[in-house]
Amino acid sequence: MSVVAIDQVHKRYGALEVLKGVSLQVEAGQVVAIIGRSGSGKSTMLRCINGLEAFQSGSITVAGHTVEQNQAKLRALRKDVGIVFQSYNLFPHLSVGENIMLSPRITQGVARPEAKILARKALERVGLAEKFDVYPDTLSGGQQQRVAIARSLAMRPKVMLFDEVTSALDPELTGEVLLAMEELAREGMTMLLVTHEMSFARGVADKTVFMHQGKIWEMGASAEIFGNPQTPELRGFLASGVK
Amino acid sequence: MTTFGWPEFMFLLRSAGWTLVLTAIAFGIGAVAGGAIAILRLAQNSVLRIIASTYILVIQSIPVLMILLLSYYGLTLVGIKVPPLVAASASLAIYVSAYLAEIWRGAIQAVPMQQWEASASLALSRPQQYRYIILPQALSISLPPTVGFLVQLVKNTSIVSVVGFIELSRAGQLINNATFQPFHVFLVVAVLYFAICFPLSRLSRHLEGVLNVGRSN
Repeated sequence: MSVVAIDQVHKRYGALEVLKGVSLQVEAGQVVAIIGRSGSGKSTMLRCINGLEAFQSGSITVAGHTVEQNQAKLRALRKDVGIVFQSYNLFPHLSVGENIMLSPRITQGVARPEAKILARKALERVGLAEKFDVYPDTLSGGQQQRVAIARSLAMRPKVMLFDEVTSALDPELTGEVLLAMEELAREGMTMLLVTHEMSFARGVADKTVFMHQGKIWEMGASAEIFGNPQTPELRGFLASGVK
Repeated sequence: MTTFGWPEFMFLLRSAGWTLVLTAIAFGIGAVAGGAIAILRLAQNSVLRIIASTYILVIQSIPVLMILLLSYYGLTLVGIKVPPLVAASASLAIYVSAYLAEIWRGAIQAVPMQQWEASASLALSRPQQYRYIILPQALSISLPPTVGFLVQLVKNTSIVSVVGFIELSRAGQLINNATFQPFHVFLVVAVLYFAICFPLSRLSRHLEGVLNVGRSN
């Protein structure tokens, strides 16, 4: 039984079709990397999974929820599906600890002391236990992104989505974020990540999906995709100098 | 003829008190209504949005004086007697609500869209997003224009003298009519307005510092 099942999803912005019938299955504990050029639809597909983007046809089920544009259903889904964004999107008026505790407390009814323990654990997992009381803008980009990961983890999600989470970071800071994600993968988290970090996709992802012009052009075991690309588009993409 | 002395000064001071009372009532009621209208103005339901923007447009296009005359004399014509204080507070509150709604709508929209996305992704409902994420950030953005507007309001309350309500400006005119010492009288009136408005501006700057805790920009 797949944790994520995307079936023939089409999405249009007016006349522009950005997803032209994508289908993808992700099993529990799998790490799936989604690669491709800008505009290939990879971020859009990821954002459809937690309902941030609506789609016109096809279906997505994730962690037992069917994705539809109904606020109550989306809230139920989002308790089980975490997402981390390129621009971190921490809440600047709340301390790191409060950023993490907020949703467990108000959407899951976790009492404050338990939420605090939850938040500390989540921060420890990303190596930032000592940053509990500081405000986000005193942190580096890499640290902010790890806090964003911790904030999602504190919801105890069944699936985690990562949308180009290292694209705004310099190489040094990218490393610490990827390390945190690798650790998460090792712990068995089901993860879908849109990424430009080819070595990470190759090394950590079980499966890699190459998207091109709104379609899943090629997918398979990461070793196969990187070692033995079948289509000229993927060969061209891998040769184009992206790491 | 009387001269400008202690009793006259006390009269001005009491009238300054009425200016404050009027400002407080108008701002209090106007803020509650304005906040609600700002949120309606940004509602997902388009009917609510249109109602709110129409209200703002209509009120902003009418001079406060007209609202005041309508609510005082207009209602009297149809047989409803409105005391000057009620007519004055109500008209000013209506005026305040429309302007604050616009100021606050702008402040809410100035909170980056990603804050909505991030909080929605954490399963917050729309009221929870407003309460915990959007409004706290909009508050610090809105503070300087809100206090700026409040200072304007203190001065604009002088308009209610047309329905016979005696606040600071009207009191100044009355005292001047009796004493013919315009320089003394209006200097004191000006100083009293300043004494009200200056601390408000300072308070705003202080609150900005407090609310910006943890933000470098």
